[in-house]
Amino acid sequence: MMTSMKRLLLAAALSLLPFAAAGADPDPRDWSGVLREARGQTVYWNAWAGDPRVNDYIAWAGEQVAGRYGVQVVHVKLTDTAEAVSRILAERSGGRIEDGSVDLIWINGENFASMKRNGLLFGPWAEDLPNFPLTAPDDNPAVREDFTIPVEGYEAPWGKAQLVFYHDSAFTVAPPRTMPELLAWARANPGRFTYPLPPNFLGSTFLKQTLLGLAEDQKPLYRPVDPAAFDTVTAPLWAFLDALHPLLWREGRAFPASGPELRRLMGDGEISLAVSFSPSEASAAILNGQLPATVRTSVLDGGTIGNISFVAIPFNAAHKAGAIVLANFLLSPEAQARKQDPAVWGAATVLVLDRLPAADRALFDRLALGPATLPPEALGTVLPEPHPSWMEELERAWSARYTSR
Amino acid sequence: MLQLATIATAAIVAGPIAAGLLGVAMPAFGIIPALGSSSLSLDAWQRLLEQPGLLRSALIALASGLVTTAISLGIVFLFLASSAGTRLLTWVRRLVAPLLAVPHAAAAVGMAFLIAPSGLIARALSPWATGWLRPPDILIVHDPWGLAMMAGLVVKEVPFLLLMSLTMLPALEPARRIAIARSLGYRPVTAWLKVVAPGLYPLVRLPVYAVVAYASSTVDVALILGPTNPPTLAVSVLRWFSDPDLSMRSMASAGALAQLTVTMVALALWRVGEALLARGGAAWMASSDRGIAERPMAVVGPAGIALAGGALASALVGLVIASLSWTWRFPNLLPDTLSSATWSRAGPVLLETLATTAMIAGPATALALAAALAILESAAASSRPRHDLTPLFYLPLLVPQVPFLFGLVVGAEAVRFRPGYLPVLLGHFVFVLPYVLLSLSEAYRRFDDRWLMLGRTLGASAGRTFWAIRLPILLGPCLAAAAVGLAVSVGQYLPTLLLGAGRLETVTTMAVALTSGGDRRVVGAWALAQALLPVLGFALAVLLPRAVWRNRRALRNTS
Amino acid sequence: MDHVLRLDRVLIALDGVPLVEVDAEVGPGEVLTVMGPSGSGKSTLLAYVAGFLDPAFRASGRISLDGEELTGRPAERRRIGLLFQDAMLFPHLSVAGNLTFGMPRSLDHRLERARAALSDVGLGGYEDRDPATLSGGQKARVALLRLLLSEPRAVLLDEPFSKLDAALRAEVRELVFGRLREAGLPTLLVTHDEADVPAAHATIVHLGPNGAVGPRRPRTA
Repeated sequence: MMTSMKRLLLAAALSLLPFAAAGADPDPRDWSGVLREARGQTVYWNAWAGDPRVNDYIAWAGEQVAGRYGVQVVHVKLTDTAEAVSRILAERSGGRIEDGSVDLIWINGENFASMKRNGLLFGPWAEDLPNFPLTAPDDNPAVREDFTIPVEGYEAPWGKAQLVFYHDSAFTVAPPRTMPELLAWARANPGRFTYPLPPNFLGSTFLKQTLLGLAEDQKPLYRPVDPAAFDTVTAPLWAFLDALHPLLWREGRAFPASGPELRRLMGDGEISLAVSFSPSEASAAILNGQLPATVRTSVLDGGTIGNISFVAIPFNAAHKAGAIVLANFLLSPEAQARKQDPAVWGAATVLVLDRLPAADRALFDRLALGPATLPPEALGTVLPEPHPSWMEELERAWSARYTSR
Repeated sequence: MLQLATIATAAIVAGPIAAGLLGVAMPAFGIIPALGSSSLSLDAWQRLLEQPGLLRSALIALASGLVTTAISLGIVFLFLASSAGTRLLTWVRRLVAPLLAVPHAAAAVGMAFLIAPSGLIARALSPWATGWLRPPDILIVHDPWGLAMMAGLVVKEVPFLLLMSLTMLPALEPARRIAIARSLGYRPVTAWLKVVAPGLYPLVRLPVYAVVAYASSTVDVALILGPTNPPTLAVSVLRWFSDPDLSMRSMASAGALAQLTVTMVALALWRVGEALLARGGAAWMASSDRGIAERPMAVVGPAGIALAGGALASALVGLVIASLSWTWRFPNLLPDTLSSATWSRAGPVLLETLATTAMIAGPATALALAAALAILESAAASSRPRHDLTPLFYLPLLVPQVPFLFGLVVGAEAVRFRPGYLPVLLGHFVFVLPYVLLSLSEAYRRFDDRWLMLGRTLGASAGRTFWAIRLPILLGPCLAAAAVGLAVSVGQYLPTLLLGAGRLETVTTMAVALTSGGDRRVVGAWALAQALLPVLGFALAVLLPRAVWRNRRALRNTS
Repeated sequence: MDHVLRLDRVLIALDGVPLVEVDAEVGPGEVLTVMGPSGSGKSTLLAYVAGFLDPAFRASGRISLDGEELTGRPAERRRIGLLFQDAMLFPHLSVAGNLTFGMPRSLDHRLERARAALSDVGLGGYEDRDPATLSGGQKARVALLRLLLSEPRAVLLDEPFSKLDAALRAEVRELVFGRLREAGLPTLLVTHDEADVPAAHATIVHLGPNGAVGPRRPRTA
């Protein structure tokens, strides 16, 4: 039984709560609070925009989130994720610690490591998302590690990638299954294979994959680089590349800038063998008229590198609640299934299918694989990504060795 | 009042450039508040010098600046020399404007598709002439010496320098001069080169310098056609700024300053070249050589124009066809299947993007025109201005974009300047103004002041003579200058991207983002979209005066 | 209406070297002719009187019109008309537009006046014509009308007949001086052709290389 005085005080105290809550960061554990705060916000999602299908998918996600949660999404189109990282860094330089221009960023690997190390990320928040358990994190530790750097809830998983090879079966029937076979294949088909120029993501991953395939002991790659041992560990890689480069497209004097550029070369018939990070990229490209229907995907014996791509929220994002809501939607079965559909985009899901209720699972089961995609069983072992310091060192060494003077 | 406007404009133009250069100089010498370092150091420079291929990147940039300009200028002058007074000149002049409307990146994409081993030329010749069923492994696009890049630049710079020359030419009364020379026994091309060229060059010096600066520091064209391993210096700097290793940004800043130095060196070398040529030219002129090399020289000009114009036009046609294709395998000259899917998919986004582009380009050009008129009117009003601010207005032509734009972003944040529409508008204004000023200043110089004097004696105040006499008579030149300004604004990439924090999507930012996706159909469609607004602008600049002055013969044709 | 233009010990110098020195009074309908070789400063004198002197020159002395001091007054308020060698009709205005341009603000029936003036010189019906379509003689007549319709109180002529062919010259000359005399306007004429000087009411000043030699005796009939 409260006196009227106490009631007044309590009412006053309670009325201050929304103001107090508005000042604090949104907490996904209070999901209804997050939804409430998010309604009416506009989220600036910075994501690569080189493919209209990706852009269309992002636009679709935006419409869904607007309709269901009242959150507007603006796709800030990037040519390179680093543009957004630059922007956030500039904002911190200038002292803008809140109301930043980037709310959500599509990111992984080196960019993530760099942002986390420099304290540019908001979090932790990702493990408290309602949809997070669908990624079966305990059985699937890859979701908690980004290039061996612990995620610790600072980014939410979005998509799965795995390095695959694809070839035009009209020109070559037996793709290589090991690195030595690749060299032999290149000898037999000079000028018909290449990889993107490091430090492009895909190009650097090809270097890592090659090293994993040639190294006697893979363990050093999962530890930070030991400068003293670097040369010995990488020696087989350089020997291999020294032999390979003269057999490459343009004799290794020029390299395509990116994965999509590489795909275009195959579409034009300039090369017969290429690499990709997406097992269904070839199918999606065939359906989109970019590759001939004779293209097929393959993997290497012994497994290929795979990783997860994430979405993260910068420390100074202006619309954190909206970003959290969007991230959770992106992790939903509906959004993931649509993303995996090769007619829409063709990017593999990060959800573990047997954790899903039957109705959601059906969304995935009825997806056509696509003409060139390997069924999941045929994808082989997924090798985890080496430590990010290896990526930097390999890029540097490659550059020093193979840049024309 | 006019003086005030002039000074204000100078501040608006020079201020950001100074701020930008400071913003990139500080990190280069070790001062980066965001990462906690605040003491001078040369670490960044040391790391820069350790970068593999640095010297080569710089040399390619330098060579590109000089060679591109030399070739373009050579073609333009030789063409003018051999076509003076002929119908060919009028005909080509009409064709120049649409070619100018195509932004550099779009032209580069088209050229790449034209000259690549899997491109149009190869397809036209295969397999009947070459026997190729698959594209040959020849390094053309992305060749290590940057020749493809220079070609892509030349096809754009030739129309630009041609337009600038044609604007400045009438003041020299070339017909009269040539007539005199020919009556002394000189053959036509030699005559032009001896009596018109020395007078024309100083008038087009500024546009020529702009070409040197651009060719040595371009990013878009270098990305599409230039060498990759190592790339040109400007591309390397862009990559370093984009590196996820944040500590590389100080090295990137040092690289940006290095790029600035390369451009300055290119300009300095060009000036040295000018002096040498002047000395050699004086000797040639005194030699009474009346035309020994006449025949070959007479051919180079028109051939060069035909080649450059033909290449660019074919490139554009290729883009149109690509945008309407679905599958198009080598060696087919025409697509296997056609489809309007690319356009219909791009439709709504395209319209929205065009609207945004117009919303930036329109006001920026209008402001630049107003500022240019204020500056020129102010200079005309006082015959001996107290300070000559002219060089300041042309700074944006000569300072490479990469160094100062990155510095500007950092600086803008520090003064709590929010990225958004206004900074982008301002940025575009800064880049459009020099071109508008260049285009309009000749018209101002040639304006017969006696009209103004008559106006004054008839009782009109200085203000009324401007609005009622000067402006109407200069309507054509104003529209032409505005068309150039509009084209420049539409083609801007880095200013829109950096000053708008990626939130303002113009046709050019979209086109560049989509270029990274490698889909020729999409890139083709957007490259054409980039050309749309400028073409409209140029069409308007020609048609509007014709309509307004239908009954005024003296003013009907702007050029 | 009688107007008097007075040039009171006007001295114009360039870099300390005296160029022109005139001390004269020009009465209504009178013509002061300034003659001299090119570069002797004749046009500079006109520029000074009109109000457009280039700051490179130093001028001293006074100009007055109808007793009002003009030195220091902006050109548009001097009410002094100007005729050049070229007719210089505004290309963006019609013939009538040219004529009404200089008419005093307060005037009404501007178009009618323009029409009447055109008929008067045999150019009736030319109101809406494009000035570029007129012949040399027609342009000269329109230029004169434009000047007169602005109701000046004095007139400056800068070699106004030298671009006309011989046949037209005499005709136009007669028309111009006739109208100026009729209107009682003092006139300052600059020319290098003695034949341009009107027969009566004319004083000639010769400019030598070292400045004015001074007025000669007026020519008498």
